[in-house]
Amino acid sequence: MKLIYEKSHPGRRAGRPPRPAGLPAVEVPSELARAEPPRLPELAEPDLMRHFTELSTRNFGIDTGFYPLGSCTMKHNPRINERLAALPGFRDLHPHQEEAGAQGALRVCWELQEALAEITGLDAVSLQPAAGSQGELTGLLLMRAYFAERGEGDQRRKIVIPDTAHGTNPASVTMAGYELTPVKTDARGNIDVEDLRGKVDEHTAGLMLTNPSTLGLFDEKIEEIAAIFHGAGALMYYDGANLNAVCGISRPGDMGFDIVHINLHKTFSQPHGGGGPGGGPIAVGKRLEPYLPVPAIVRDGDRFRLDYDRPQTIGKVRGFLGPFGVFVRSYAFIRAYGPRLREMSEVAVLNANYLLARLREAYELPYDRLCMHEFVLSARKLKREHGVTALDVAKRLMDYGFHPPTVYFPLVVPEALMIEPTETEAKETLDEFADAMIAIAREAAEDPELAKTAPHGRVVGRLDEVKAVKQVVVRFLFDEHPDLSAEPAAAGVVETPKGV
Amino acid sequence: MSYLALTDADREAMLETIGVSSVEELFADLPDGVRLGRELALPPAMSEQELNAYFESLAAENAHVGAELSFLGAGMYDHYVPAIVDAVLQRGELLTAYTPYQPELSQGVLQAIFEYQTAICELTGMDVSNASGYDGTTVAADACFIAKHATGRSKVVVTEATNPQVRQVVKTYAPGFGLEVVEVPHRDGATDPDELREAATDAACVIFQHPNFFGVLEPAPELAAAASDAEALPVAHVDPLSLGVLEAPGNYGCAIAIGEGQGAGNYLSYGGPHYGFLAARSEFIRRMPGRIVGETTDAAGNRGYVLTLQTREQHIRREKATSNITTNQTLLALAGLVYLSWLGPEGLRELGETCMALAEHAKERLGLPPAFADRQTFKEFAVRVGRPAAEVVREARARRVHPGYPLGRDYSGMDDVLLVALTEKRTPEEIERLAEVLTA
Repeated sequence: MKLIYEKSHPGRRAGRPPRPAGLPAVEVPSELARAEPPRLPELAEPDLMRHFTELSTRNFGIDTGFYPLGSCTMKHNPRINERLAALPGFRDLHPHQEEAGAQGALRVCWELQEALAEITGLDAVSLQPAAGSQGELTGLLLMRAYFAERGEGDQRRKIVIPDTAHGTNPASVTMAGYELTPVKTDARGNIDVEDLRGKVDEHTAGLMLTNPSTLGLFDEKIEEIAAIFHGAGALMYYDGANLNAVCGISRPGDMGFDIVHINLHKTFSQPHGGGGPGGGPIAVGKRLEPYLPVPAIVRDGDRFRLDYDRPQTIGKVRGFLGPFGVFVRSYAFIRAYGPRLREMSEVAVLNANYLLARLREAYELPYDRLCMHEFVLSARKLKREHGVTALDVAKRLMDYGFHPPTVYFPLVVPEALMIEPTETEAKETLDEFADAMIAIAREAAEDPELAKTAPHGRVVGRLDEVKAVKQVVVRFLFDEHPDLSAEPAAAGVVETPKGV
Repeated sequence: MSYLALTDADREAMLETIGVSSVEELFADLPDGVRLGRELALPPAMSEQELNAYFESLAAENAHVGAELSFLGAGMYDHYVPAIVDAVLQRGELLTAYTPYQPELSQGVLQAIFEYQTAICELTGMDVSNASGYDGTTVAADACFIAKHATGRSKVVVTEATNPQVRQVVKTYAPGFGLEVVEVPHRDGATDPDELREAATDAACVIFQHPNFFGVLEPAPELAAAASDAEALPVAHVDPLSLGVLEAPGNYGCAIAIGEGQGAGNYLSYGGPHYGFLAARSEFIRRMPGRIVGETTDAAGNRGYVLTLQTREQHIRREKATSNITTNQTLLALAGLVYLSWLGPEGLRELGETCMALAEHAKERLGLPPAFADRQTFKEFAVRVGRPAAEVVREARARRVHPGYPLGRDYSGMDDVLLVALTEKRTPEEIERLAEVLTA
């Protein structure tokens, strides 16, 4: 398919901004004026629409089919939420509008905060972070502010993170200026408490933990872990990527966590848009509330207002109040369920355990327990016996019409296949997927090339990722654009985490 | 509950396959002490029709730009969003996809991002763009992180005439990065290059906004040169819609260009979600934060697109990554691509010219003293209203006109200054209405 720039013809156009008559032309000083126009596409609207429609046909979303990408919670995105976010009173509201002219929007924010506080079991919420990883950074900056005020800022430099953690956790630690202390996973898939005990002391600022973990397992020793950290005067951060397993069943605040981020684009159905937007609000206990980003959204009787007078605040991590359109969608999702969010999580866990039960014979199960909302299989045996890797299984699943699960993550499981069906899938869909996975395992023995050369019949075959790194082409270069097809591609697909 | 598909019979059959007798048994690993043990205290479930009615009632309480004639800007702008943007963004294959980890199923989004990266590079005169940042504030923090590692220096300079929220976000991120933030004051609405040069000594980068927060055209090439003189990376924070008429930062020596994409294809949406853009010269490519899409081929020589240079990123490099960003603003950046493609180069230039012409016309019609005499502006300008601007706003709003942003919120000594924004959506008739309300 051609790039939009290759369809461009000088002189063609779609949009025409208004040119009110009788206004004087304004000259830009020559030293500031644009010399050469940017080479933006020049197409008429019919061809623009066809271009983007064709792009959409070359993409796979949850609307297209089953998308069990582990730790990403690819659930149905209710369309009512799109309609609500597009109401002019929300969509066309300027963020600098006076509080008096934004009471409905502020109420959405405030009520969402209240709902998230109840769901997480914590006291105060900031909706500001733009995504989960920004929530992580914000949480760590809260820790810094909290310990600085207690005179322990220089002393407490270490953040403990298990080896099953998302890569965002250690990356956030670095961005917050902290040091990483890794901790091992035990044979049951919990944090190795013996390893942990030796690593938590007066230099520890906190823990970052996903629970259930990226193995899809609830840490059975969570109370003991909380006692270790709180006993050492440290704080506990909950990565909410897997909150979909426990809504209304168990709350991070009740597990002992002091700070939680919530991924609105996972648990609460904000469509992920091919990479974003997301939303990463954080909820905290009382003692951390003074440090939350400004402004706070507060209620005075029936009115809502923005409070900037928070002398201990860490500041701002993003513009305005956060991604408001995401709040509308996620709050509508929460109101659609109400207290029955518990049933949402129960069905997510039921669906995952059902798939696990159907697949446990065909693949290896490194941690043999009931799972929560997701589980991790290993294709190690297929690789050893037939040379069929987790990546091959993933690509072959495309031939069966499914999006692959997350692969090569978590890192503690070789040839990992991390499967999260979510609550919105029907039993038939789960069965079809299980049948496909079982068939692929069988094919691996009978005809391994089928998987190794997959996918078949897609718009492209396996793409050479190594070539993309060696010969970097990250924009269209017009007349100087290189022809990469001139060089033969290798099977340069890198076996690194794909998902999360 | 319309979002769940399992029947009672399905549940029974599934529990049997699992080998448990109840859903409750699936949660056996949870210690008693961490169980909620009660129903969540949330309002009862709503049907779709009830949701529709409730949210419509809340939306109706808001004075949006269709209900109130608005001259508000200050970083977010009421530019026209063409219908084709809505149409493309509601394509479910694009709307409901995750990050394109599996390229064979994601060529649509990957190619769109590649095209977006190209558009941003063309606008800014840079070699490489990432797939988007969260917004126009966080990309400034990202630029500081690049500059810190590229130069080994631990100070950043930001002009005071840069959007206050951008400065505030940079200051929030700075302690974690081990960076000190120094602000350079404006002189009568613009930045003095000599003052900037002095402040830039030992700085990793210098961030300046152009046109600046007051709408004023900065002596941008001189500011970039001043930063370069001190071997600090010049970083321009630019309005994408100015770049049809104003020179691209890459063409006057900037190392990095950043900005808020909202005006180019995103609705106001009370502050988000929007996209921030970040583009740089090629030497910084391996220090860039976030996703980058690159071109490659399959074994048959077919062209295709993949996430590339991933060894910069958190899922591989973990604590050594260039950033923690994973989720970005792809859908909003796609809106930006559709919008910029709809405008084209001619449309972009015309749009800038219209905004500038309307702003000059408004200055003249309002006849109020400029806050900064003799400064040329783009689509926004600051005027003195002779009394507290917040009061003027309150009174004008009672007449269904929002006259602009009171600059006293962010700058001392400016309580009587109003920042008035003109997009191409405003008309000469509406400017008359503003004049009538402000001078009444």
